Amino acid sequence: MVFMLQKTLIYAIPLLIVALAGTFAERSGIINIALDGIMIFGSFIGALTVYLLQKNDLLTDHPQLIFLLAMLAATVAGALFSLLLSFSAIKLRGDQTIGGTALNLLAPAVALFFIKVFFMQDKLVMPKDIGYVILNPGMGPAASVLFDKAYISTYIAIILFVVLSIWMYKTKTGLRLRSCGEHPQAADSVGINVHRMRYLGTTISGALGGLGGYIYIATTAGGTCEGTVAGMGFLAIAIMIFGNWKPLTIALGSLLFGFLKCLSVIYTQLDLNGDGVFSLAQLGLPMYFYNLIPYVTVLIVLAFTSKNSRAPKAEGIPYDKGQR
Amino acid sequence: MEKGKKRLTDNAALQSFIASVVCILGGILVGAIVLFVLALFNKDIPIGEAFRGILIVLGGPFSSGSSSDVLFNFGDMLLESTPILMTGLSVAIAFKTGLFNIGAPGQFLMGATGSLLTALSIPTTESTRFWVWLLALLVGMLFGALWGAIPGIFKAVFKVNEVIVCIMCNWIAANAVSWIFYSTGDSFINIAETKTKFIRTTMSNNVATPRLGLNKLFPGSNIDISIFIAALLAILIFILLNKTKLGFELKAGGFNTNAAKYAGMNGKRNTILSMMIAGALAGGGAALWYLNGMNDFLWNTYSSLPTEGFNGIPVALLASNNPIGVIFSSIFLKYIGKGGFNLAGYTQFNEYVSNLIIAVIIYFAGFSKFIRDWLFNKRKKNEIYINAKPVENVKETVHKANDVITQGVSPGITDTPSEGDGAEHMPLEDELSDEMKEGGNG
Repeated sequence: MVFMLQKTLIYAIPLLIVALAGTFAERSGIINIALDGIMIFGSFIGALTVYLLQKNDLLTDHPQLIFLLAMLAATVAGALFSLLLSFSAIKLRGDQTIGGTALNLLAPAVALFFIKVFFMQDKLVMPKDIGYVILNPGMGPAASVLFDKAYISTYIAIILFVVLSIWMYKTKTGLRLRSCGEHPQAADSVGINVHRMRYLGTTISGALGGLGGYIYIATTAGGTCEGTVAGMGFLAIAIMIFGNWKPLTIALGSLLFGFLKCLSVIYTQLDLNGDGVFSLAQLGLPMYFYNLIPYVTVLIVLAFTSKNSRAPKAEGIPYDKGQR
Repeated sequence: MEKGKKRLTDNAALQSFIASVVCILGGILVGAIVLFVLALFNKDIPIGEAFRGILIVLGGPFSSGSSSDVLFNFGDMLLESTPILMTGLSVAIAFKTGLFNIGAPGQFLMGATGSLLTALSIPTTESTRFWVWLLALLVGMLFGALWGAIPGIFKAVFKVNEVIVCIMCNWIAANAVSWIFYSTGDSFINIAETKTKFIRTTMSNNVATPRLGLNKLFPGSNIDISIFIAALLAILIFILLNKTKLGFELKAGGFNTNAAKYAGMNGKRNTILSMMIAGALAGGGAALWYLNGMNDFLWNTYSSLPTEGFNGIPVALLASNNPIGVIFSSIFLKYIGKGGFNLAGYTQFNEYVSNLIIAVIIYFAGFSKFIRDWLFNKRKKNEIYINAKPVENVKETVHKANDVITQGVSPGITDTPSEGDGAEHMPLEDELSDEMKEGGNG
């Protein structure tokens, strides 16, 4: 059970942080379909940071510090990369879907181009035995879910998630940001700088997306940057819509999805009641069945809950003062 | 507008064509800059190599070296354009209806499954092989249409955002397809030692798209007539959208859902129908690709989605969702792609440059309206504001400006229509004078 919850967290954390990233952009009025690309770019820069630090024998005794620096680099890279989207969508009033799609194409192209030029192969592998994993064997079952075989990124992601969610709902700037996604004309009429708020939302979104991308390849995907995050960015967008653009439901959604996803990976080793019988494995269903469960579940839940769904009203529409 | 001569560049179609050319040139320029910067900072690569590299990319299949290689690569380019032409059409028709069909990969997989199951399970004779081929193509389209119907139904009945349903359906398709071929075992999987990851090619059952001598024209290539079938379908879709009542209804629903409903159109039916057509096209693209008879289908595809599906999005966007334009944009993408592969073969750069160029072109295409205004419409913009009589005519002017501006709003991925709250405009004198200043500067 403990093992299962640990695995769940590993799948859920990147989804959680990237879905929150999407929320920040969309609540400010910008559709960020580019999250997949931003994740890829962040993961590339993060992996490159680790590679460069190790190559120059820097910080070899402090793996956690390397990990932190890589996360920081990925965050900054994601924020900078997202500026391409916000510039096109806000300043040039371009189509946000097209801009986002372009970024989704650009990120893997850039990452793979440079990886191939510099490393003569199609992927950038970070050594696995670097010791990012925090091991605390011998703790009680409840504590070991969070503190054994854990990654420092998990704590950072959870703290960021809580702080930023509260920031979005309880501060003046957060309220202003959300108002720009609902009715920017009204926001502008009371003196809020809509463009600045939208830049802010998209940049936070890019930063979190880049961070999530690096966390994904460092923890979930086993430390290899191949210019892809296996569609995780799109899944995070789905979780965001599933979670109704609200942090709390997004958290629940990504935990549920992470749980079902981890079930599909570990079902053969799962001993439900502790009697030494792997009951799910004995059912003889192929893994495809378990792989299908998370996606089908999301569809079923959506069919029943969609009545309450409410997207930010003004998302996707370039702000135009003339329309006030 | 009335005063002064009407210039050639006032033609809207010409303007958007020139804007597209500017986007493409911009993309190539960025690609060239990347190559030059790389050559500057890398001692191993001489500057001349960068110049040669960009020419190779621009040459596409024509930079393949010997003339037989050129013919071979040109044939393959046309062959490989077919599936992305079809998925591009799929994405384009959905966009026209205000839907973002990001589910083309799933529909593509379903189409591949439908056509392969049909083409491989009916024994053929010399006289029936064409009919089996045709049936397989139609079944592939049917599978795609049914898979596309799912997001359509979710959107129409449950009002669920089609993007999320499409993404879920992609992964469901990937696993379902793997499951189907896993459970049927050896009856479809290629038993040749090195090919067990793949389904048998349809050629093993003598089912293949007619070549009509094209493979003699382009020796070495497996080219068949599928590109012409796809182009014909593009023309049919163009006629459907622009010359029929159904097409008008589909577009009206995409342009303004509420207005279409008010005019008595059945929005739910149209949403489902549009997604089914889109799905049929994506499925048909897969059917045409695998019915070529020589292309391998990776059956255990549960952890990856076909790139042909996602590449439909840039194809459609590059063509501004125009079905005829999709024919050219799909070939253009493969043209640059072939150039990229030649680049990897002949220089120290690699094929990802072509992806980079395409991405930048799409990026510029995102604000092509801005580029168009910047190139041609400065004068017009000024006239609207300067000719206005602010004091008496404030309201009317604001409305006029609105009309001009709202024309460009394209349907986004959600169904939030821009609010047509014309009646609530306040007379905004400050605002208007701001706009006048901006217009004057521009």
